Amino acid sequence: MSNSLDSYLVLSGLLFAIGSFGFLARRNAISMLMSIELMLNAVNLAIVAFGSFVEPLRANSSVIALIVMAVAAGEATVGLAIVIAIYRNRRTPLVDEYDAMRQ
Amino acid sequence: MEQLIPLIVFLPIAGFAFTALFGRRLQYAYGRPAASLVPVGLIVVTWLIASAVAFTALTGGFGETGGSVTLWNWIPAGAFNVEVGFRVDQLTACLLIVVTTIGMLVHVYSIGYMAHDGGYWRFFAYLNLFMFSMLLLVLADNFLVVFAGWELVGFCSYALIGFWYRRRSAALGAKKAFLVNRVGDVGFALGLAAIWVNTGTLNIHDSLERLGQLNTTNHGLVVLIALLVFCGAAGKSAQFPLHVWLPDAMEGPTPVSALIHAATMVNAGVYLVARANPLFSHAQEAMVVIAGIGIFTAILAASIALTQTDIKRVLAYSTLSQLGYMFAALGVGAWTAAIFHLMSHGFFKGLLFLDSGSVIHAVHEEQDMRRMGGLWRKIPITYWTMLVGSVAIAGIPPLAGFFSKDEILASAYKNGFLWVWAVGFIVAGMTAFYMFRLIGLTFWGPSRVDPAVEPLIHESPRSMTVPLILLAIPSALLGLLIGLPPENGLIAGWLRPVFEESTRLAGHEETYQLLGIDGALLLASVTVAVVGIVIAWRLFGVELDGLRRAPDPEAVRELSTRVPFLYRASLNKWWFDDLNDLLFIRIGGRVAAGFWWFDRVIVDGTVNSIGSLTILGGRELRRVQTGRVQNYALGIALGLIVMAGSYLIIVGTPR
Repeated sequence: MSNSLDSYLVLSGLLFAIGSFGFLARRNAISMLMSIELMLNAVNLAIVAFGSFVEPLRANSSVIALIVMAVAAGEATVGLAIVIAIYRNRRTPLVDEYDAMRQ
Repeated sequence: MEQLIPLIVFLPIAGFAFTALFGRRLQYAYGRPAASLVPVGLIVVTWLIASAVAFTALTGGFGETGGSVTLWNWIPAGAFNVEVGFRVDQLTACLLIVVTTIGMLVHVYSIGYMAHDGGYWRFFAYLNLFMFSMLLLVLADNFLVVFAGWELVGFCSYALIGFWYRRRSAALGAKKAFLVNRVGDVGFALGLAAIWVNTGTLNIHDSLERLGQLNTTNHGLVVLIALLVFCGAAGKSAQFPLHVWLPDAMEGPTPVSALIHAATMVNAGVYLVARANPLFSHAQEAMVVIAGIGIFTAILAASIALTQTDIKRVLAYSTLSQLGYMFAALGVGAWTAAIFHLMSHGFFKGLLFLDSGSVIHAVHEEQDMRRMGGLWRKIPITYWTMLVGSVAIAGIPPLAGFFSKDEILASAYKNGFLWVWAVGFIVAGMTAFYMFRLIGLTFWGPSRVDPAVEPLIHESPRSMTVPLILLAIPSALLGLLIGLPPENGLIAGWLRPVFEESTRLAGHEETYQLLGIDGALLLASVTVAVVGIVIAWRLFGVELDGLRRAPDPEAVRELSTRVPFLYRASLNKWWFDDLNDLLFIRIGGRVAAGFWWFDRVIVDGTVNSIGSLTILGGRELRRVQTGRVQNYALGIALGLIVMAGSYLIIVGTPR
């Protein structure tokens, strides 16, 4: 069990589920960004697990994992910048109060 | 000389442009004569040029086929090519003489007649525009350009009937004229389309030639085209059943009635049929229809004219009746006689209308003949010229109407249309009767004028009486000048090149026998005219030098009660206005209301319900757009789960 693909995938699925629950349930923008990071990392874990257990995917998986990391870093930067900018305007981190377009 | 032809058209349009732009300012700054100076002056110049051109054409200066000048290519669109050009042949020259001479005299007459009218400059602007349109119609060598002139004269007629637009009856009369004319014009337009489709050209000369060739392969089509073209002619020339607009057109100022609704525009239909004579001579069936409608209109209108009391309406019905004669002449193949009658009728009917205008002017805008009488001493020039016109139209030799009308009747008889001759013969008697009824009621007998107006009656100013005298001369002498000897006079010589082919096709070439059949017909038509006049004298009185007889109102009343149906039919114009009211206003209105309902409820309803359904759907779907990012994310997650789940269920797990 400990050294099989399934265990990695189960962990990855659990992490992804936690991430999506956090994204859907939390109202704080920062927490939502963190949930996104969690989902990305869950996927990354699944990718490297596939790479390590399936021989033909080995080279590709490392490259894809690296790209995901780079994208995650960029996403976090831009996302945080947006959240801070909104926070300065609205004085709140709660996304359901960002309703300027509905008024 | 050819270079002068475009000037005939461009001078009046220049006059229109000038008067429309500056006439109002001139009138208010320098008085009414200043406003009329340019439009009248230009028409006089036009008349001079047109006379020179017509003279050249009639004396053979342009050769057999006439002088032509092409101005520019109007519509070069592939196979459809329309050139603006003018052609003056002998037929055009005859029309040019009538149109420009009467037009010029009416312009001069209007200076006096309209002298007290505020819309003076507007009147002259419209008159000039009309002259332009009519001359364009007559001169054009292309059917489409003829059609343009045709519609323009229709517009001018509309604008001038409704000249006193504050008067409700004038506005309604204008609208009626315009609408009834449209009915005929639809036929004309369809005819032109059919001509183009079948010949590939709208040039009058070329298309008529090709229609002659088409006749050998498809005779029915040629007849149909002829009937469609005649439909337009019947509208413009007010032939049954499109005759109802002309009497109501009398709401316009009298010079307009004289120029447009007696002497020129209403002749356009006759001109068109005569111009297209090669087409009609191939379509004998259409010719019979034309003869029938023409002679029926003649007797219908004459019977109505017998009892009308409005002086202008009597003349209007008389015009209808005379136009009916012309169409009957065209129908029986007496082309030259039709154009001859067109010319002489143009002069004497123009004269009669201008006279009636002078009478109306004298008795202060009264048009009801029951409130006239005994005017002959007070307005002698008007009286004598009107008497000349009446004798001319009644067909008493040697005045103009005698020659032209007799030629029509004789041709109808000799070309085998005995029924046309018989009806025309009766109409000749009726014509003489109603004209002398008009003279009797207006000029002779005791005065029935309003006592307040009586001392104010005066002869019209010189600008009005001079045109009357000038028109009386051709009304009296035209027949002697160009109609003698009968069927072989000047006019027959002029028009021979135009109608030679058609006459030969119909096979109507007989010699004139003064001591034979022609003499008998001539004697008969003079007799019936004299009988008509004598009956009118017995009923409505006469006050000529040697002849003196008081009117007999008792006899009139007794006569009208003896034939009550005919009397009422005549008085009510054979109920044609009521019939049209029933057919087109009541029944047609119902049908239109039904269509309106269908359009409103079914067509608009369908479109509008599609629209409101979309709005409703949008309003409901708007709720999905919450603007909360987490709702969207939930949607994405659920969608992903549904898609992945259904993939697993349908395809199954891999392994």
